[in-house]
Amino acid sequence: MDKSLYKNIWVYVETTEDGIAKVSLELLSEARKIADAAAEKLVAVLVGSDLDAAVETVCDSGVDEVIVVDAKTYQTYSTDAYTFVFAQLCKKYKPSVLFMGATDNGKDFAPRLACRLNTGAIADTTELYYNPETKDVEWTKPAFGGNLMATIVCDETRPQIGTIRRGVFKIMPAEKKQDVVITQEDIATPQEMIRTLVKEVIAEKATKDIKIEDAEVIVAIGRGVKEQEQTAMFAELAEMLGGALAVTRPLVDKEWYTAKCQIGQSGKMVSPKLYIGCGISGAVQHTAGMCSSDVIVAINTDASAPIFGVADYAVVGDMFEVVPALIDELKKIRQ
Amino acid sequence: MNILVCVKQVPDTEEIKIDPITGSLIREGVAAILNPLDACALEAAVRLKEAYGGKVTVLSMGPPQAKEALKQCVAVGADEAVLITDRAFKDADTLATSYALSMTAKQLGEFDVIVCGKHTLDGETGQVGPQIAEHMDWSQVTHVMDMKVEEGKLVAVREMEDGREVVEATLPCVASVTKASYTPRYPTIKSKLAAGKKEILTLSADEIKNLDKERIGMSGSRTKVAKSFSAPTGQAGMVIQEETGEATGRKLARILHEAKLV
Repeated sequence: MDKSLYKNIWVYVETTEDGIAKVSLELLSEARKIADAAAEKLVAVLVGSDLDAAVETVCDSGVDEVIVVDAKTYQTYSTDAYTFVFAQLCKKYKPSVLFMGATDNGKDFAPRLACRLNTGAIADTTELYYNPETKDVEWTKPAFGGNLMATIVCDETRPQIGTIRRGVFKIMPAEKKQDVVITQEDIATPQEMIRTLVKEVIAEKATKDIKIEDAEVIVAIGRGVKEQEQTAMFAELAEMLGGALAVTRPLVDKEWYTAKCQIGQSGKMVSPKLYIGCGISGAVQHTAGMCSSDVIVAINTDASAPIFGVADYAVVGDMFEVVPALIDELKKIRQ
Repeated sequence: MNILVCVKQVPDTEEIKIDPITGSLIREGVAAILNPLDACALEAAVRLKEAYGGKVTVLSMGPPQAKEALKQCVAVGADEAVLITDRAFKDADTLATSYALSMTAKQLGEFDVIVCGKHTLDGETGQVGPQIAEHMDWSQVTHVMDMKVEEGKLVAVREMEDGREVVEATLPCVASVTKASYTPRYPTIKSKLAAGKKEILTLSADEIKNLDKERIGMSGSRTKVAKSFSAPTGQAGMVIQEETGEATGRKLARILHEAKLV
């Protein structure tokens, strides 16, 4: 395959009822850097129905071009239709890279698309690097339960397709490009080609709690908390700071919390402005999910706890003494 | 129903150690286990068999010792077990793996459903299921937490990030399952003994019909691991430690306040 025939960096911009998925905007920010490094164009690709508002937002996100496939058929996601549309687009435009969020849908069709195009797919990436010599993207992902990081390349075929975890890149203010080229692509997927049908959507009951991936402040607890009543002080601290309470896996296993509150390998990646880990030792499974936080505070009795290796503030002490005093002192300061 | 379950033997990640110098895995002495989500996939398949009748076949690609994982499957409900093993399969990425598995599936018979675990503990890609579906040109449903057959279609409940989704898919179908409701059953002493005696069908690359050798192993792979390394650890920042925990907490409050972090 002549790789030089393939140009431009594509981002699949996923839209939901609530608008553009945050991970897509994160990807546009990161992909902009890669497009600049490769001296290629950044192209946002939107597939769905009634996309005008989303297209307008995307045009302000530093993209050079936008490709829109807007039809009722694509209102609800289906593996077959989305794979078909992207396969058509990739054959026509020959992008070098296609990035998508490691969302339920992204992970569902990215591998299938790559298989159809006989190219490589990389899942759940947490780091990206454009190698100017090989002109390949180097995709780094955790493996073996976060014990190992593997850097993967798709060096012989194009497009390079991969999903990227949410929360690993920050949305940067973008300089709006002049004259963003918007192309409407009219691709009809024959109805009989679509072999699945969504019969019912059962939404999680609405909660006013802040999602941990959106929180600016996170207070995290883990197996150091032995009794459920003990969680109250940490919830209080999180609320006081306008943030969210997050947990490590043992507390999900105990069923005190759902996996939606879990940080780490098998949970969510977070990058808040302030992360306060209480009694968390810092196994890689956890730190892989929070090490890109702006400021990391770790409270632990064990001065040699691994979490101190990534902490900006290493607080050595018993969290059950430190946290109540921290709350009390913050209240005083605020008065 | 004729059901195929694809399983993999993986190193137990709880026991894994990384060589600090080479950054590669130390495999010696690390137990090989049946990938936990594949055990859930088998459980899902056995439940389908119990509900609708039929047969469950387990299929794995791996070294000869992967027979152990297959015997484990036979002990908890699989009727037949097949291992494809050959040096030619080595270093396969998900594309080459799914191709080899799908070609074997075509040879083994007409299946209604192929069930996979959502992902494996080692690679954690979750790509093999959808790619088998593509090679077979079948429908696929990922993140399945429950499924049944209604009016000749597979009705599956998907576990989504923000809730659940009920999806109807045409048969044949590839379903990849999550753990949620598929807690694997335990073998009995009797079933373990029987599994030990069970003959595992072993196929080499040459024994799989119409297999294109260019599409398996390393030559069939489109991705490669350029390097691997242990997860990074950094240097500790400012240490805060006073005489008592209480004093430490108060000092932390003042530091965070001065740094305008709270």
